[in-house]
Amino acid sequence: MQLMFRFLVGGLVVSLFAALGGALKPKSFAGLFGASPSVALATLGLTIASNGKLYASQEAHSMIVGAIALGLYSAVVIQLIMKHKLHAGRAASAALSIWIICALGAWLLVLR
Amino acid sequence: MRIQFNLSSLRQTKWSEYAVRFIFGGAITVAAGLLAKRFGPIFGGLFLAFPAIFPATATLVEKHEKEKRQKAELSTSLRGRQAAAVEARGTVLGSFALAAFAWMVWKILPNLNGPWTLAAALSGWFALSVAIWSFRKRLRFTTRPRQSRRPEQ
Repeated sequence: MQLMFRFLVGGLVVSLFAALGGALKPKSFAGLFGASPSVALATLGLTIASNGKLYASQEAHSMIVGAIALGLYSAVVIQLIMKHKLHAGRAASAALSIWIICALGAWLLVLR
Repeated sequence: MRIQFNLSSLRQTKWSEYAVRFIFGGAITVAAGLLAKRFGPIFGGLFLAFPAIFPATATLVEKHEKEKRQKAELSTSLRGRQAAAVEARGTVLGSFALAAFAWMVWKILPNLNGPWTLAAALSGWFALSVAIWSFRKRLRFTTRPRQSRRPEQ
């Protein structure tokens, strides 16, 4: 039941931010919403209620690393689209491995 | 170029495309919670900045741009991809503000109540995003030669 609630809240917040980004122009400004704290707001709100503030602040601490990985991910997507002529969907999916490598690498080297 | 809010562009998106975003967003939120439970909050926290919005948005931007060009009977070869790349450039800038959001929550949350902290950090994220985007925009226009300026879509 709790997982279902988490799923609904997460889906709703992410959809809201995505729709907001979709209604904005120019596209470079709308792109800011690709890095909106949608998952974070849903998760942190629920975590504060269930596990307390200190637990949630620890999650926020490592989220800084995740955000840096997101910046690198987006930069790689641009390169894949413009230099390697990949379609946007394919580039965005392929670059997910970069996010995972950066985030997990930083976790192993710095955070653990 | 001025920032515009255009609700009619939302009608371009199909319900199935909204459903994909909803399911993906929900799944990431559940996964972040489960990973935190299994491996601890430090590991789970990484996934709070997982690219949950960008992959679906980039695909849609390219698709909609192509459809627009096809309707106008213009060449579609590059334009859709360029539009997605411009969007990704915005996401690079936004990721700095997202890191600042996380830093604010990390520092403020132990001393302030939850909803206020999240509201303050969200306001900070938005203000910083706009500031970085405006700064980047101004820098681009002051450093580029006049003849090479291109209007952004």
